[in-house]
Amino acid sequence: MIEVNRNGDVWVFAQQDNGKLNDVSLELLSKGRELADQLKVPLAAALLGQDVEPLAQSLFHHGADKVYLAEHNLLETYQANTYAKALCELITRHKPQIVIYGATPRGRDLAPRVASAMKAGLTADCTDLDIGDNTDPSTKVTHKNLLLQIRPAFGGNIIATIVNYDRWPQMATVRAGVMPMPTPDTSRNGSVVKEKVELELADVLIQVIEKSQREKRVNLKGSRIIVSGGAGVGSPEGFGLLRELANALGGEVGASRAAVDSGFIDKDHQVGQTGTTVRPALYIAVGISGAIQHRAGMQESAKVLAVNTDPDAPIFSIAHYGIVGDYREVVPKLIKAVKARA
Amino acid sequence: MAFNSVVLVKQVPDTKNITGQAMLDDGTVNRAALPAIFNPEDLNALEAALALRQLCGGSVSVMTMGPPSACEVLRECLYRGADRVILITDRRAAASDTLSTSYILSCAVRQIPDVQLVFCGRQAIDGDTAQVGPQLAEKLNLPQVTYVEELIEASDSSLTLRRNLGDGYEIVKASPPLLMTIVDTANTPRPPAARKMLRYKRARGKTELQKEATEQYGKDAKEDIDRYVQQRSDQLSAKGLLIEQWDLDTVKADVTRCGRSGSPTKVHRIQSVVLTGTDHKRIEPTAQAIGELVHELIEDHTVG
Repeated sequence: MIEVNRNGDVWVFAQQDNGKLNDVSLELLSKGRELADQLKVPLAAALLGQDVEPLAQSLFHHGADKVYLAEHNLLETYQANTYAKALCELITRHKPQIVIYGATPRGRDLAPRVASAMKAGLTADCTDLDIGDNTDPSTKVTHKNLLLQIRPAFGGNIIATIVNYDRWPQMATVRAGVMPMPTPDTSRNGSVVKEKVELELADVLIQVIEKSQREKRVNLKGSRIIVSGGAGVGSPEGFGLLRELANALGGEVGASRAAVDSGFIDKDHQVGQTGTTVRPALYIAVGISGAIQHRAGMQESAKVLAVNTDPDAPIFSIAHYGIVGDYREVVPKLIKAVKARA
Repeated sequence: MAFNSVVLVKQVPDTKNITGQAMLDDGTVNRAALPAIFNPEDLNALEAALALRQLCGGSVSVMTMGPPSACEVLRECLYRGADRVILITDRRAAASDTLSTSYILSCAVRQIPDVQLVFCGRQAIDGDTAQVGPQLAEKLNLPQVTYVEELIEASDSSLTLRRNLGDGYEIVKASPPLLMTIVDTANTPRPPAARKMLRYKRARGKTELQKEATEQYGKDAKEDIDRYVQQRSDQLSAKGLLIEQWDLDTVKADVTRCGRSGSPTKVHRIQSVVLTGTDHKRIEPTAQAIGELVHELIEDHTVG
């Protein structure tokens, strides 16, 4: 725990995997920039690893003013204990007021370990962050300019805003894809602050024997158009029809959890709270009822077209266009119309 | 090669089967109206521990922190073969966030001598935070292996485990004592064993007995209640059917680190998710209407 430090920086944990920055860290810099500007403090990235200094440039281009760089040979491979220890050392030394992490498997492994060691608060899987005041209902004391940590809770049935006013830093993990990726500004520059961290072999508690990272076969986040299917599609063959529409539109195929769990399509295609969060120009939801967990992953789409046999399906409430009807008849008509215009 | 394991489980409201009535008018969750279930990934954690005991010997103790009704999930553990179950319940622990929950659980785990392995589910479906496992590992000063999907090898000195990282996997080797969080794809939890069910369905915790007595004698009949609880506890204990119950004093927790006062995170605001409006444009499922829609999407540069 560090004392409340109103002049502290806003920090983003810069997650790098094998020397490549994770997209979510860059996305967080855009939100971090907003928060830092509101608080009139610098935005910094904490970059840990070995031989990772060249990544600092990209962090500056995406909005960081400073990069705290901790290089150590024991940080070459990520491990919860070594990374948590090094990050706690930096936090204790520089007393940031806010530290945000991507809610990736790694971020969700690291952040709680840091929070526990710092005896600080941590809110998981935020979908938005803001700065605001909080009045404690029992003491009536108002705490100004706190980090408002906004997240769905209770299976997405409620939206909770969490604050943390007495034991800092204020920390949160944020889901990938919910913040827009900032456009890099190559004229931006900043300062690299080199940090010494104390680590020894005894801190390495786990031996990583083998690692395999496969590229996702589906690039949902990069797609301008997504044709997504739900339980209503009914079969893997039905998804073939959606694939045909996606191809005609130059888009990608998505799916709800129900469709993935039914085995209609691979999990890589899953959109939603436990899948990928997307914000395409057009999202076509076919046979998707629109459970809150699914909506959480696609409601930032610029345009939503819903196709469903049930006129009362919740998906229509967030749609811009709605077609009530059987997709087996509607989708071929869409394909035909798209091909005719192309 | 035998491991003493502790499995941490949680009783949770079934958020997947939530109904309209489950939300109160003020937007808060009406927990009383929701069915309480065994947190799904905690069942995977229990299964992983039981399977390891089958392979290597040792013991499986299960703990849960929650209200007295959480005895239900402990009975479920007994039906599946747990050696020992413990309920940690204390009003002073109410409103604990993940930090204070992990603190209380760390105090509880320390009460069990010679624990080599701690198993947790990856996350609970009511909060989906996945924080308690790693926080508990830090508090117990244990290495953490999260998202465990497979036990590849177990020897006296180490476990080889495969972690599912979503976009890939990692195979790690770690020496006990250590903490693991288990994912739902790790195994298929065994069903309750009929013979064990017959035996353990009568298992009760002390607070459950108090509730029974209060219902029978009325809340003012203190002497009758005490006598009933004492008598039933003795009977159940003799048959090995008394569910152990611990409070914050039993686990030697510093109460200032528990409950609301021990929780750095505070709820600022709760909003229920209400779907508003249906002001979308309705398109008829005809070739002509769909053609016009596609035309409109091309015109405004959404498509193309």
